[in-house]
Amino acid sequence: MRPRIVIGSPLQLLLLVCSFALAAYAGVRLLDGDWFGVALWVVGAALLHDLVLLPLYAAADRALVKGAGARGRRAVAYVRVPAALSLLLLLVWFPLISGQVAGRYGHATALSSDGYPARWLLVTAALFGGSALLFALRASRRRRATKQRPPADH
Amino acid sequence: MRGRQSFVMVRRPLPGGARTYGRGMEPSRFSPFSPRFWRSPLRGPWLTSVLGVVLLVGITVLFVTGLLSYAAYNPGLSPVNDKTPDKGVLGFYLFAWPTHPHWLYRLTQGVHVTLGITLIPVLLAKLWSVVPRLFTLPPARSLAHALERLSLLLLVGGGLFEFVTGVLNVQLDYVFPGSFYPLHFYGAWIFFAAFVAHAVLKTPAALRNLRRMREERAEPAEVAEGAEPTGLTAPDPDPATVSRRGALGLVGGGSLLLFATTAGQSSDALRWTALFAPHGRRDPGTGPGGFQINKTAAYAGIRPAETGEDAWRLVVRGRGGTVRLSRAELLDLPLHSAALPIACVEGWSTSDQWWRGVRLRDLAALVGHDGDPPDVLVESLQRHGAFRRAALRANQVADPRSLLALSVNGEDLTPDHGHPARIIVPAAPGVLNTKWVAELTFGDL
Repeated sequence: MRPRIVIGSPLQLLLLVCSFALAAYAGVRLLDGDWFGVALWVVGAALLHDLVLLPLYAAADRALVKGAGARGRRAVAYVRVPAALSLLLLLVWFPLISGQVAGRYGHATALSSDGYPARWLLVTAALFGGSALLFALRASRRRRATKQRPPADH
Repeated sequence: MRGRQSFVMVRRPLPGGARTYGRGMEPSRFSPFSPRFWRSPLRGPWLTSVLGVVLLVGITVLFVTGLLSYAAYNPGLSPVNDKTPDKGVLGFYLFAWPTHPHWLYRLTQGVHVTLGITLIPVLLAKLWSVVPRLFTLPPARSLAHALERLSLLLLVGGGLFEFVTGVLNVQLDYVFPGSFYPLHFYGAWIFFAAFVAHAVLKTPAALRNLRRMREERAEPAEVAEGAEPTGLTAPDPDPATVSRRGALGLVGGGSLLLFATTAGQSSDALRWTALFAPHGRRDPGTGPGGFQINKTAAYAGIRPAETGEDAWRLVVRGRGGTVRLSRAELLDLPLHSAALPIACVEGWSTSDQWWRGVRLRDLAALVGHDGDPPDVLVESLQRHGAFRRAALRANQVADPRSLLALSVNGEDLTPDHGHPARIIVPAAPGVLNTKWVAELTFGDL
């Protein structure tokens, strides 16, 4: 017996066919020009994100959790949060922070992009510094609370 | 509730169940096609639903403000304004862009760019929350399911393409394969086509999840009665290192950080707060002409020899003939003032500047268009650049605040702001406020 092809919900099919028709109408126009380059960017963006960027940061986070071990678990968030925020800024503003558009940017806007890497480093330092301070404050409060509590409560 | 949950438990793989099978079964944990590979306890319908609803609203606003920006260029008016001549029915909604309120484009485009940047963490978190679905087996349960997965490629690829091209363009990093306008415009329609299909298919379930969450004041069960498992919740999760609320806080914190370091580029008073936005932190100079510049005279290739008092003449054409005016002659015409911002497609804007110059409709009257100003084609001294020629519609020419400006904030225009003369029109995108104007041709375009 041949395997039967399951069609699925007709409404869903209709919706998707409409969606593809519109996408194809725009797609023909999008690809008019450097079609290979554009297709590479659209498909590449999805693949690069799902198969490179996401596994990379997930692996980095897992390594952080593993590295911290059971004793350092409390500290994980104090590294994870500033690191995530700093990397987010780097990801979004990479052309300015890396200086790769410095020439055109300076020429066009009469502004200098020299400050971007320094500002990013300063914000990163502030994020980690603030996080460390918060960790130290909470740790000392926890220690005080433990000391004041009678040992029977443990 | 307890009964339902225990019913659920038997339908799902038992946590740690495979460990009893011995070593032979262990590799499944190392294959992303196995549900047990995905171990974050954060994933689940709750997180995906919250992020999905935020994006539903946010991306809708992005799409609408994007279409408004497209209309603001008046692409239907003249080929010189139209970077997407093949748009066909995609331009169905185009309308004559108004001049009221004068901050209209400043608002719509400021929202478009600032919101887009602010949503990046939400987009990344949403993609993270559903990544196990990428590896669902079997690849397709039905024809409809296969098409839905294909549509997800357009959704994710198209969405990332829109965000990436937008983020690169505002930083003047033109590495994408083609001109920004057609790429971002047609890309938006592809993304939107997939987005609508996705929203129609998923929003009901997302809203159901959120409603149930509110009712139960707890996280909803993985599976509702009669519903299929979502495949998002890890069957064998690692111990939690952060609560779902905490994870959502990190996403919100990321958005807040991007917003707080970007939004200030839309105001002269708050510009210092925009630490990373391309037109943040500082103005390029001090004094009357010290506000933000999109393209300097040097960048546009304007030579001082062409703009001097002896060399420069404004050519004005109309049905009544052609007039050539020196700057001194322009200054002898009735001068008017208007307080108007510069608002760029890149999302930044200045506060209102005090412009002074000759009304466009007065210039139209000089060449035979008295009382009924028509459209105008404006040509710059600029030798290259996409908008060295730009068209303005009759309603823009007729507005009494639309000027051929000669001075700003009480001083002559600086070369970088368009000396000897520039266009300034209320609510028009920055590039239509042509600098270094050489010719005005009035007449129906």
